[in-house]
Amino acid sequence: MTVSDLVLDGNAAAGILHAVYGAEMTLAVGTCDACDTDGPVGAVRLYRSAGLVLRCPHCDAVLMKIVTAGERVWVDSRGLRTLELAVG
Amino acid sequence: MAGAAVLGRLGWRVASIADVRPETPRVKTIALDVPGWPGHRAGQHVDIRLTAEDGYRAERSYSIAAPEDGGRVELTVEEVDDGEVSPYLTAEARAGDELEIRGPVGGYFVWDSDYPGPILLVGGGSGVVPLMAMIRQRGAIHTTLVYSARTLEDVIYRDELERVAGGGLDVVVTLTRTQPDGWTGHSRRVDADLLAEVAPPPEQRPLAFVCGPTPFVEAVALALVDLGHDPGLVKTERFGPTGT
Amino acid sequence: MPPISRGFRGKRRDAPADRVPPGQYVTPDFPVLSAGPTPHRPIQEWDFTIVGEVDELHRWSWDAFQALPTETVTVDIHCVTRWSKLDTTWEGVSVDTLLDGIETEAEYATAFCDGGYTTNLPLEDLTDGKAWVANTYEGEPLDPEHGGPARLLVPHLYFWKSAKWVRGLRLTATDEPGFWESNGYHLYGDPWREQRYWGD
Repeated sequence: MTVSDLVLDGNAAAGILHAVYGAEMTLAVGTCDACDTDGPVGAVRLYRSAGLVLRCPHCDAVLMKIVTAGERVWVDSRGLRTLELAVG
Repeated sequence: MAGAAVLGRLGWRVASIADVRPETPRVKTIALDVPGWPGHRAGQHVDIRLTAEDGYRAERSYSIAAPEDGGRVELTVEEVDDGEVSPYLTAEARAGDELEIRGPVGGYFVWDSDYPGPILLVGGGSGVVPLMAMIRQRGAIHTTLVYSARTLEDVIYRDELERVAGGGLDVVVTLTRTQPDGWTGHSRRVDADLLAEVAPPPEQRPLAFVCGPTPFVEAVALALVDLGHDPGLVKTERFGPTGT
Repeated sequence: MPPISRGFRGKRRDAPADRVPPGQYVTPDFPVLSAGPTPHRPIQEWDFTIVGEVDELHRWSWDAFQALPTETVTVDIHCVTRWSKLDTTWEGVSVDTLLDGIETEAEYATAFCDGGYTTNLPLEDLTDGKAWVANTYEGEPLDPEHGGPARLLVPHLYFWKSAKWVRGLRLTATDEPGFWESNGYHLYGDPWREQRYWGD
C-alpha cells in the first residue's frame, strides 16, 4: 500500500473543520500562500498521520495542520493566505 | 451553489441503531435513529465514533445513503478486510446499540439542485453510496450513473437501480473482475473511452461527482479532464485505499 | 459520559504490560502514515549532512554512508496514534558514529528531511546508543513508504521523532519545535510518561 493510495481530500476533514470553525468549510475557497492557486477546501489533498495535513493540490505545500487530542484541537493554517466563505 | 448555512458549533450526538440490512455479501445498510437530527443533503456524510468499555475509541466517516426520513439516517457500509470499525458495524452491531454521530458534514461534495445542466455520477465500489443519495432525490434532472463494481453480486442497490433506471436516469454498470454468463454490459475499468461513450459530452457541461477508492477517483478525474471536461465541474470524494 | 458501543473492541492484541506504554495497543501491522507525498530522491542526489552549531559542515554521500559501520537492533516502536509494534529489526548507522569527532556546544538537534518534515530532540537523546539512521528494515532495504532510503530511528521516543526520509541534523543551541511540535505535539515525547501533547 502506498501513500498515494491513502491520500484523501478535504471532504474527510469536513467534520473537524465544521467543529472548529462553526461553519461548513469544504466550500470555502482557500488561496495557497506558496503558489497563489485557489480552490475549494473540499478539493485539497489530505494526509492522515499524527494529525491531518491538508496540502495544496497544485504545489503540495502544507495549507493546514490539524491535531486533535480529545477536546483540544490545534490548527496551523499559515499555509493558507486567505479563506473566502459565505456566512449567514 | 447557494451559500453554506451556518449551523453553529458541531458536536457529537448519540445515535442508536434501528436496523441493519444486507445489500451485498460484504455491504450492509445501517439505519440510525438520531434524536434532534437537523436533516441533511445528498452527498453529505457523517463522522461515527465508537467507544469500547475500556475507553478505547475509533472514528470513521461514512456517506449518508438516503434522503432524510424523520430523524433516521441511513449509512451503507462495506466490510473492510482486517478493518476495525466496519466489521463491527456490519457483523456485530444490532438494533438498540449506541454510537456517536457528528454531522451532517460536507458542502463541496453535495447535490446541487440548481445546476442548469446534466449530472454525471461516477462511483467505484462503495463510492456509489453518496451518489445513491443523490439519485434518490434527483427529481427530473438528467443524470448518468457510471458504476464500477467487481462482480454482479457486489453491485449495491442493484434491484433499486434496475427499477429507477430510465426516464432521465441512465445507469451504466461495469463489472471489472468477473461477469455472469450472458452479460452484455461493460467489463472495462472506467477510463476515457468508456466515459466518452456513456457520459454527457463536455459541451453539455455536466457537473460530475466522482467517488470511491483514491486511485479510482484520481484516474477518473484525470480521464474526464483529458476528455475536455472543465476541472471546476469535476467534484471528487476519495475514500482511501479500499474497494474496487 | 459517551455511550459505550456494545461489543466494540477494535483490533487490539494483548501484550505484556511492561512492553506497552500507557494508552498504546499492539498491532501486527506496520501502518503507513504520512504527512505528505512520498519523496523519491535519486540515490546519487542523496546526502546526509550535519550542520548548524558545528565547526564545519559534515557530509556523507550515499556511498560514503554505506561504507560506515552499521548496527542491527531489535526495538519496540510506539506511534502517538496509539499503535505499538514490538520487536522490529533495523539496520543502520548509529548517530554516535555520525557525531564522532564533531565538536559542538549545541544541546539540541533538528532532523530535516526530503519533503520538508522536521522534528526536534535533545542531542543527548540521539547519542549513547539511543538513535540510528536506518536504511534496512526486517532485513530488506527500507521501503520508500516507510521512509526509505533512510530514516531516523529513535525508539525510546514516540515514533514521530523517527523522521522518515531524513537528510541531516541541524545542531542548535535551543529546542526548536518541528513540524508536529509546533502544532500541539509534545516537545520531548516520552511514551512511558505519555507525553503526547502540549501540557502533558
